[in-house]
Amino acid sequence: MNMSETKDIRTEEFLINMGPQHPSTHGVLFLEVKLDGEIVVDCTTHIGYLHRSMEKIAENRTYTQFIPFTDRLDYVASMNNNLGYVMAVEKLMNLEVPERAKYIRVIVAELNRIASHLIAIGTFAQDLGAFATPLFYCFREREKIIEIFDRICGNRLTYNYMRIGGVQFDLPKGIDETIKQFIAYMRPKLDDYDWLLTSNAIFLARSKGIGVLSKSLAIDYSVSGPNLRGSGVKWDIRKDEPYLVYDKFKFDVPVGENGDAWDRYMVRVEEMRQSLKIVEQALGALPEGDPTVKASRIHKPAPGEAYMRTENPRGELGFYVVSDGSSYPYRLKIRGPSFSNLAVLPELVRGLKVADVICVLGSLDVLMGEIDR
Amino acid sequence: MKKMQPDELLVVPKDSLLETARNLKNGPLSFDNLHCITAIDRIDKIELVYILYSLLKHRALTMKVYLSPDDLNIASLASIWRSADWLERETYDMFGVNFSGHPDMRRILNPYDWKGYPLRKDYTHPEFILKPRL
Repeated sequence: MNMSETKDIRTEEFLINMGPQHPSTHGVLFLEVKLDGEIVVDCTTHIGYLHRSMEKIAENRTYTQFIPFTDRLDYVASMNNNLGYVMAVEKLMNLEVPERAKYIRVIVAELNRIASHLIAIGTFAQDLGAFATPLFYCFREREKIIEIFDRICGNRLTYNYMRIGGVQFDLPKGIDETIKQFIAYMRPKLDDYDWLLTSNAIFLARSKGIGVLSKSLAIDYSVSGPNLRGSGVKWDIRKDEPYLVYDKFKFDVPVGENGDAWDRYMVRVEEMRQSLKIVEQALGALPEGDPTVKASRIHKPAPGEAYMRTENPRGELGFYVVSDGSSYPYRLKIRGPSFSNLAVLPELVRGLKVADVICVLGSLDVLMGEIDR
Repeated sequence: MKKMQPDELLVVPKDSLLETARNLKNGPLSFDNLHCITAIDRIDKIELVYILYSLLKHRALTMKVYLSPDDLNIASLASIWRSADWLERETYDMFGVNFSGHPDMRRILNPYDWKGYPLRKDYTHPEFILKPRL
């Protein structure tokens, strides 16, 4: 049988269930993929397997009691989640934060961003078949950040470090030397990644031109973070609407060109370089003073509401806090970036091969903890 | 200083939501990004909150619609901003607000056969125990 005879033969469409327990779905995500041969015809996303009803829990905890719960939203970037939440409450209360606390917050948030991006690119490379080596390299670097956090706040994964009005502890003695050593160690490692992955022929073949997210589609779906910037939209809240002391630092906002999986990966690698720059500048300008909180742990904000969004490693994390004057939030809405980032997935995978679904999902770097909340 | 956090509030009557939304998107401020949809249960009413951004003009806006608890029907904005799709499903799942014209009005975070709307203030469940207040 030659090619002209076979081209009219159609295969029957069938459904495969990817997940909820699947090694490359980055959590308990269930994709119902409709296939024509190896081509994806349609993809339906089912979420909610990790739903813990965080927003209802928040209504039954005091403002301070809820901080450890924010650690469990995006458990790869707990510092950034703490930060978003306490800043929303501070905005509601019109609370001024000590200058040193602002700098410490920037330092830990940026270090955590590097740790989070390391996981993102490590698992992405793993998803593309670079078995174990890049992932273990990334974990080796991340371990150094975790050790720094362990010295700062005593925890390795869920930090519970930010407090409403400051931070829990001041930086321990000598930690600035350790962080400087880490920066010096990390810079050449990023060049190693370029050598290992960025210009690797197999990696390029698997990720270039795959899962192209256009500018307009990204904005329409409210995609944010590296995924939005990968599509060429120069948009970073740290730059466009500086909070804390980000306006005092020099850094660039890397953007991609085509919006494909490789661009999203590249933006993450570049962002790590920029984060190192920010940490270095923040360490150099760290003011003296006491960053810890002396006030009461029970806060009673005046009735009102506030929305605050911050730039998380995965995108824009927003907290909408409504107070009725008691010590408990009346309503707390968590706008997790991965929620909107995942919603765009079916648009990206239609027409691709099954293996590319894994590639696109890995490049979007979603995390179920904050999608399901 | 650019005005970006959504501190400006616009209360829209229920019937003119769709028209207002269309004008906001296509108007001079071009709110191209529907960032967040949520609701607040005030017992005597349910407040729908829409947070909009304009990436082009660097503007932010909070839009609110007040719904009576007896009539929780509202036009869906999924035809204007596609991000509304999942965000409206979540609001339906948690508050029981019915978005008419939505392409796929199913529960999203809770199981599909779940009874009740968990984020309403009158929600009760055998496993949900209210802690004594401090």
